[in-house]
Amino acid sequence: MKKLHPQYGFNTLAVHAGTAPDPTTGARCFPIYQTSSYVFDDADHAASLFNLQAPGFIYSRLSNPTVAALEEKLATLEGGRGGTVTSSGHAAETLALFPLMAPGMEVIVANKLYGGTINLMGKSYRKFGWSAVFVDADNPEDFHRAVTEKTRAIFVENLANPGGVVIDLEAIAKVANEAGVPLVVDNTMATPYLSQPFEWGADIVVHSTTKFLSGQGNALGGVVIDSGKFAWLGNSKYPSLSEPSPEYNGLTFAETFGDLAYTMYSHAISLRDLGCSQSPMNAWITLNGIETLPLRIERHCSNALAIAQFLEKHPNVEWVSHAGLRSSPYYELGKKYLPAGTGSVFTFGVKGGYESGIKMLEMVELFSHVANLGDTHSLILHPASTTHRQLSEEQLIEAGAGAEVIRISVGIECLEDLIADLDQALNSLYRSSN
Amino acid sequence: MPSSTFIDHSSYRDSHIREILNNVNSIAMVGASATWNRPSNFVMKYLLQKGYKVIPVNPNTKEKEICGEKVFGDLASISGTVDMVDMFRPEHEAHELVEDAIKIGAKVFWMQLEIFNNNAAQLAEKAGLQVVMNRCPKIEYARLFGELGWGGINTGVISNSRRRLK
Repeated sequence: MKKLHPQYGFNTLAVHAGTAPDPTTGARCFPIYQTSSYVFDDADHAASLFNLQAPGFIYSRLSNPTVAALEEKLATLEGGRGGTVTSSGHAAETLALFPLMAPGMEVIVANKLYGGTINLMGKSYRKFGWSAVFVDADNPEDFHRAVTEKTRAIFVENLANPGGVVIDLEAIAKVANEAGVPLVVDNTMATPYLSQPFEWGADIVVHSTTKFLSGQGNALGGVVIDSGKFAWLGNSKYPSLSEPSPEYNGLTFAETFGDLAYTMYSHAISLRDLGCSQSPMNAWITLNGIETLPLRIERHCSNALAIAQFLEKHPNVEWVSHAGLRSSPYYELGKKYLPAGTGSVFTFGVKGGYESGIKMLEMVELFSHVANLGDTHSLILHPASTTHRQLSEEQLIEAGAGAEVIRISVGIECLEDLIADLDQALNSLYRSSN
Repeated sequence: MPSSTFIDHSSYRDSHIREILNNVNSIAMVGASATWNRPSNFVMKYLLQKGYKVIPVNPNTKEKEICGEKVFGDLASISGTVDMVDMFRPEHEAHELVEDAIKIGAKVFWMQLEIFNNNAAQLAEKAGLQVVMNRCPKIEYARLFGELGWGGINTGVISNSRRRLK
């Protein structure tokens, strides 16, 4: 794993980064700055802030101290230059592309994604004139073939929905690099504790912080993190950053802010205009969640792998897709990209197809039937009837969300209790289906 | 200020930069622009707000003042003390500017983002000046004294005590 700080390691940074004691009160737990606006010292100070000449706060739609602390913590943990926190993971996806895209331009997108992202990019982006070109997530050559002069970004999920899929990041980063476009990676399912996409050549990372980062399913949020490495200056493909900005009196972001340009733009223009800012309360919950991320992820991963191994031997299970299993086609990629664990969200197929899938949800007693993942609670879902139900049959199979597929997000409860719950559900399912 | 030694210019310790920013008072900014939305003007205005005396040096401008400060045509013409020279000029001009900085008794020679000149740096260090290359004093000041994180930027600063706001 890349060195994130000259002195301190990941677990220390998860606790400390961005959240030094409050300068005014010395409060050790970072305060919730629950305010919409901030007083200016005088007219000149106000002008400096509005002109982006000095760092500071104007209005919480653009930035807020608690939200900024979360941005710095996440940027630090990913090894990035800066972060922009958003109201949800979906908002983060759009915010990530906003400085890059324009009407008529294309984003190449891996086909193994959260169903909501497939809808957002495949359908709603058409209203902006943005085209999503879907390609085979497992085939870097497919990405290469899809590159055109209109390509402005490549988008993939690192450890992909609905589970068990590992993307060959290094190979796809090479395609992006050769095409001269940034690689945007959704790292929600892996978290920076398991994988840091910048290490493999990604340029921008997005997360739904709602999942493992906040960790307890209690705060919606997203983040866009910039590596600071992509060369925007003088690059005519990205006029938002490389040409004078009429909104800021002809200031050129890439020239004035150097490697901070993308993050500055994301606050000063994207958040300002799209307004998908995160509430300070949610940022505070997420800040506290991240402090325990390493401990939680270790337990999530060890529980999940043990459950995958149990399910693989269960007579009522047809198959299990978990990259930590030797039977998985992603086993080798998992060892390369996620050596500390391949996450806790994975899929398996129950015997009996769609009907059995739905029944399974009714039989479990500990696993909760919800449309979320990355919670301390163990969660269970039938993607074909819920998160992925807007997709066509062909898309369902491409996305790994066929009729018999159950997705689970393994929590941090006692392993034996989770196994017992799945075992009784599968056994009763078998009886009921006979 | 302790005497300089040859240091690794690929990565500076925070203490090195913090010590420079804490100890200098007057900064001659070579290449300061009179145009308000140029990067050098942003930096000058910010450093003035933080209490530094900033002396603009620009032989090409018609303006007599930049940000309310008298403009000089070169370093040698400056009448008062100069602690630090901040260079907003192409790297091939660094050598000559270091010679001027030594003559006027500057203690620090600072080259802006994307500007490297190892020969000029060695000349300055041999004369006892501290040198910083490929950094911006505005960004470094904001990073080390608590404001850069407000923009969601990774400052690398980890602290168990109150942030020192200035």
